[in-house]
Amino acid sequence: MENKRKERIDRGIKVRTEGIYAISSMREMLFLLGPRVFLIVVILMLPFVLELAPYWKRVINIICVYALIGISFDFLANYVGLVCLGGAFFTGIGGYFTAIFNVYLSLPVYLAIPCATICGALFCTIVLLPCLPLRGVYFAIVTLMYPLLFTRIIEALNILGGTNGITGLDSFANPYVEHYVIIILLLIFLFGMRRFVIQDIGLVFRGVKDNDQSVRASGINITHVRIFAVFIAALIGCFAGAYLAHLYMWAGISLFALDFSIIPIAGVVIGGGGTLVGAVIGCFILVPLSELLRAFGTFRIVIYCILLTTFIVFKSEGLMNYMQRKYYQFERWVKV
Amino acid sequence: MDILIYGIINSIILALFSLGFTLVYSISRVPNFAHGALYITGGYLAWIFTNKIAALPYPLDVVFAVILTAVIGSLIYQFIIIRIRGMEISEIIATYAIGLAILEGLRWGGLRGMTFTLPAFLPGSVDLFGVSVDYQRLIIVGVGILIFFLLYVFTHFTKIGLALRGIAQDERASMMLGINSDMTALVSLAIGSALAGFAAILILPLGNIVVEAGYNVLIFAIAVCVIGGLGSIGGTILASFIIGFAQILTEAFISTHYQMVVALLAIIITLLIKPSGIFGKQKELEERV
Repeated sequence: MENKRKERIDRGIKVRTEGIYAISSMREMLFLLGPRVFLIVVILMLPFVLELAPYWKRVINIICVYALIGISFDFLANYVGLVCLGGAFFTGIGGYFTAIFNVYLSLPVYLAIPCATICGALFCTIVLLPCLPLRGVYFAIVTLMYPLLFTRIIEALNILGGTNGITGLDSFANPYVEHYVIIILLLIFLFGMRRFVIQDIGLVFRGVKDNDQSVRASGINITHVRIFAVFIAALIGCFAGAYLAHLYMWAGISLFALDFSIIPIAGVVIGGGGTLVGAVIGCFILVPLSELLRAFGTFRIVIYCILLTTFIVFKSEGLMNYMQRKYYQFERWVKV
Repeated sequence: MDILIYGIINSIILALFSLGFTLVYSISRVPNFAHGALYITGGYLAWIFTNKIAALPYPLDVVFAVILTAVIGSLIYQFIIIRIRGMEISEIIATYAIGLAILEGLRWGGLRGMTFTLPAFLPGSVDLFGVSVDYQRLIIVGVGILIFFLLYVFTHFTKIGLALRGIAQDERASMMLGINSDMTALVSLAIGSALAGFAAILILPLGNIVVEAGYNVLIFAIAVCVIGGLGSIGGTILASFIIGFAQILTEAFISTHYQMVVALLAIIITLLIKPSGIFGKQKELEERV
């Protein structure tokens, strides 16, 4: 039997589009812009297309919320090396902060959400501070505990509305505002983060993940870098939570629910870790699936977990990395 | 007096919760986030054996349930964790996902409400220094101490136990001496799961089998392990006494609701002051960045 191996070579057009030559012809520009514009247009069109199916219009918002949390998870896990098992912590904190601002301090929606995002992110960063100077599983452990803990505290002390939650939050002006606030911010965060991680600071983040001693040797304080990274991730997560609270016009302990932790993680693993777009694609697959399976109740979580485990064990690169490879490279079998 | 007695009982319970987790972590370096799920699985299997397959006497049910839990744990290792070992992010996510799948699957399968209870080994209670303690709690203390003793004997005087300790201390050197790293990890996961299952059978008669207990067990196990130093069995026992008494004291003087808060505060204080835990001295360099 002849021995063959698979050879992967970059497509010529991929190499040409890496530099300034990208603007040399329409074809090159299309190669670069095509997938990006396609994604943007599809997401922007969704509310109009789904005019036909009103039920699914609500789902778009939920998908975008999960996608945002997924981006924050992907950023922390694959660029900074911190595994955050508690996306629900960010959403819960963001949701409660916006409820406090909106209901107790009666700020308008469009002021309450940004305030809640920033305050919530600061709060999350401060409470996560003790585990940031440490390597290993501590961050995962602490983020796993916080959502459960905050649920207990709120239940036990009966603060912030107790088990009933805070009701009477303002809603958005109309459904289209509702959709486009989250869609546009999702796109801004997505492309912003993609840009952000290729800046110098992004290099430092990856350095912290891969070899923290070398980062230290360069005179950079790892803890400060991590604090910054957690703040950014919390910013995204808290925004998602604040938006969700206004969407439901209610902030309660179900904002700390397990779904917000596990679905984004599953989305990132299925969509492809380390690409940031993967989180969005994964959530666009998973969340509609979860809507279809609504009748099964908690069995949905079992399905995600099984999907998640299967992907992580057998196809750990995820869909996006796979598609990216096919797009950039061609493969052929060569004799050894 | 009742603070002392219930403090000891609570501490032993916490130590039983966390023993399996710390054993797995110290030997295979896999943070087993499915620990709480294995705990509930053990209890649920024992319930199935007693209520659905009534022919067997209860002690045999217990033995079967514990063995089956151990088998489940080793299957998880053999088919899933072995493929992603060493990749920390994947390990955490995969074990967490497995744990969630088991717990939520059981909840979906009907593990809800008050109907699921395990029988106590001995019903009734006794007066101990003027405090009424039921026999089950005394059995927990007795069996708990027996388990610690057996575990000590096992890890210090049997060949497998020594191999496990060797891997935990220096994996490369042990592999050079012909100890199979995967095999010991498999054994450690089996023992860890068996300990979780047995702890469930001991402790669950005090209440109902509910899914939430799985999450609580995981959290308390992790809290105890972080404070005692991840992977140190002596530290785990000491830390469970610290948290156990702290919890009983808050319960007596403040309110029952704060049990979880105590655990988390203890973790945060430990991480701030001595991140590697009370007894985690040798790994201090590895864990602090």
